[in-house]
Amino acid sequence: MAREITQAIVNGILVGGVYALMAVGLTLIFGVLDIINIAQGVLVILGAYLSYSLFNKAGIDPFLGLLITIPAMFIVGVVIHWAFISRLRGGERTSMTLLVTYAVALIIEGILSRIYGADNVQISPRYVNSSVRILGFYVGWVYIWGFILAVALVAVIYALLYRTKFGRSVRAVMQDETAARLVGISVNRVAAFTFGIGVAATAAGGVVFGETNAFNANSGYDLISRLLSIVILGGMGSVGGALAASVFMLTAESLVTIWQPTWAVAVYYAALVIVLVYRPTGLFGRKAVRAQ
Amino acid sequence: MTALLRTEGIMKAYGGVQALNGAEIEVEEGTVAGLIGPNGSGKTTLFNVITGYERPDAGEVWFGERAITGLAPDKVFAAGIGRTFQLTRIFPRLTVIENMLIAAQAKDRPRNLLAWLGRDAWTHHRKHALELLEFVGIAGHADVLAGSLSYGQRKLLELAYVLVADPAVVLLDEPAGGVNPTLINMIADRIRLLNAEQGKTFLLVEHNMEFVMGLCSTITVLESGATVVSGPPDIVRTDKRVLDAYLGADLDEEDEPVVDGPVVDEPVSNEGNGR
Amino acid sequence: MAKGGGLVVLIVLAVLFPQVYSNPSVVNYGVFAMIFATAAVAWHVFSGNTGYISLGQAVFYGSGAYAMGIAARDWHIEGTAVFELLPLCAAVGAVIAVPFGLIALRVRRHTFIVITIAVFFIFQLMAFNFWFTGGSQGLDSPFLTWAPVPYYQNFYYIALACTAGAVIVAWLVGRSRFGLQLRAIRDDEDRARGLGVKAMRVKLSAFVMSGTITALIGGVWFYFIENVQPQTGFDPLFDLTLVLMVFLGGFGSISGAVLGALIIEPLSLWMNAQPAFTGSLSEVMLGAVFLLVVLFMPRGIVPTGGELITKLRTRGRPAVVPATTIGPLSASSGPSANSVSSGGAR
Repeated sequence: MAREITQAIVNGILVGGVYALMAVGLTLIFGVLDIINIAQGVLVILGAYLSYSLFNKAGIDPFLGLLITIPAMFIVGVVIHWAFISRLRGGERTSMTLLVTYAVALIIEGILSRIYGADNVQISPRYVNSSVRILGFYVGWVYIWGFILAVALVAVIYALLYRTKFGRSVRAVMQDETAARLVGISVNRVAAFTFGIGVAATAAGGVVFGETNAFNANSGYDLISRLLSIVILGGMGSVGGALAASVFMLTAESLVTIWQPTWAVAVYYAALVIVLVYRPTGLFGRKAVRAQ
Repeated sequence: MTALLRTEGIMKAYGGVQALNGAEIEVEEGTVAGLIGPNGSGKTTLFNVITGYERPDAGEVWFGERAITGLAPDKVFAAGIGRTFQLTRIFPRLTVIENMLIAAQAKDRPRNLLAWLGRDAWTHHRKHALELLEFVGIAGHADVLAGSLSYGQRKLLELAYVLVADPAVVLLDEPAGGVNPTLINMIADRIRLLNAEQGKTFLLVEHNMEFVMGLCSTITVLESGATVVSGPPDIVRTDKRVLDAYLGADLDEEDEPVVDGPVVDEPVSNEGNGR
Repeated sequence: MAKGGGLVVLIVLAVLFPQVYSNPSVVNYGVFAMIFATAAVAWHVFSGNTGYISLGQAVFYGSGAYAMGIAARDWHIEGTAVFELLPLCAAVGAVIAVPFGLIALRVRRHTFIVITIAVFFIFQLMAFNFWFTGGSQGLDSPFLTWAPVPYYQNFYYIALACTAGAVIVAWLVGRSRFGLQLRAIRDDEDRARGLGVKAMRVKLSAFVMSGTITALIGGVWFYFIENVQPQTGFDPLFDLTLVLMVFLGGFGSISGAVLGALIIEPLSLWMNAQPAFTGSLSEVMLGAVFLLVVLFMPRGIVPTGGELITKLRTRGRPAVVPATTIGPLSASSGPSANSVSSGGAR
């Protein structure tokens, strides 16, 4: 029993790292741009399908394929922002972005459904099923690579935000759009870029998700509902919160799966409800980001 | 005469900045009092503390015999203290008369579910509201969306609807700010009228010296969060400390009008509205 | 007044519709249109008035449907007696709305939307997994021994009655003190609170009303199509379709909600019936139409149309009387000739 539990915890942490990557993209987009990107889930699936096609048609290893898929998803993000989101104006902008990205998600899902059909697929390079024994526990290689990838990418994003001129512009826009404009920052460009980065993270998430789960075009719903719960739990806009919440939720789900697989995903919602009753702004809330 | 509205030793800090440092003010019943001070002296913060939009770190706010420190804004309003906002906060998508009715309904608890859902209680509220709109001169726009009013008209609307609930004390946050001279005179006139005929007590924050000196019987000067001097206009206008506060220590001529930008006040609650 | 006359005409048309077009497949459009019109008006009662966009109405819709199905099955009710269960559906909606609202309404507007989405998924999950909901097979409704033509006609009138009821409730709310408080909350919740409006109470009441009506019409829908499953009762596209209808017709107005439903639902049904349109394409279309409306016609048909008509009617006359002239002059100018407000703002 204890062994199962520990295995579940280990899995939870590793998978949590991967979800963290996707959640960080989502929370970053909100924290910086006040955009709630409902399409994040289906974009992960898009990334997964891209990796899948590259692997099956061109034999490119999915992780290597990231060199292609990350820029590709970045461009997708920039285009979505430019075409739809940048046109939104007015006081209720955040709510509107939610609706708009929801609509975009539907469109992407419909297109993917058309192209790939309804059957479940999975990305399966040779190493998908192999694992390594560490201290008596089996740890899948995919998870390890995925975890390393997640950590690396989050580190890159952090470095981008806090060590580069561009990152400074992003943080300026986040704090005061008008002031940023006044010092010559092109807010639209910064916004598009940031959105692109948030979406590019889904490419990486897509690879690992696609290798560890059977998926089809509809998998986006389940994914986005988890990501949203994670992000709200951690506090919308808080990167640290997203990390902590991802690991926590995935571990919790992993543990619940031991007893009751069908209800495992209810963990998310239960946690969400509990947190919202006592702390409506989530565990870390908006202030954490601004303070960083 | 005991003061109707009084603060004692109010302290309020934001992060490292001490916005209010022992601010004290006393407003006698039936007077028009002024609160002035250079930018950043804490005038709006003091207003916010008095009306419950902010909690002080220390100190007390007295309304008559009652301590109202830390009461929520709606309780302060219910107690009889009305206030306007510097950046007019009206309901833009409601009509002018509807804006008035919202303020009116606060004092009139519905007796039962039917009253809440129904419209009957409105009639006398409506009449009263129209009279007030007439008083400030915008009755003609009663059915217009408040958001389409000009800035000056909005100021008049704010004045009207702070009066709807018939508060004992009216706090006006820069009533003359950004408004043309004819309108300024009209507003001053209305304040004088209300004060003379109904004995209403007023406390205004203002940058417009002419306005304040001409209207107020007592003026309190705030600087760096503390009260520098308080008294009738003649005393205050020639007090060296006041001139120092406004103009810097070297000049000691008659005060010039101080030109400042508006101070932005933030809503306190983090729920609901907009974002 | 022209408005009143127009309303009477519409009502007459609505009532006569199935008499004139008695073909069941045509009346079918009418039934669904009325069902969605009811749901759209219910959406408006809460979201249109407070500005808190709810994407969780399907929670009530599906719950109402399941409530009826479960009750009919467990209490062995059949035939027209099943309609007596409708108040139960409404009650279920109300009961769910209270805790739902208490949690969801404490947060900022955009978080609220996300929570409604989360709750929606919770309910879909429960529908799949609870023992009494029939799992992925769902529930079938009991028999109703009506011949085809009267079947569709009767359901049409029932749905029409629901729509009428919803419109009346929404109209009463709109002109009441309660409605004014809701709209004040929409404009500036903090200020409204500061003026003594009990925001939570007011929002929750509207939310419960909205949920009750939606659950009721969900029950009607269930009995009409004779089946409910987790993915049809709790359909992720349901709410987005509602929002699209309301936005298209005009956010913030009852007539806009009804109009939007009457336009979109028949269109959507027709498209889905065409062989060329498979399931995935309807999703794409819904998303695309939604984007078009939101980006290019954000205020919808009713207000934009209203403004257009007002513009045409008052060509040449000045708009709002400028207020720099005060005192005696303003008293004589009376209510302004035209303004943005005289369009379909209510």
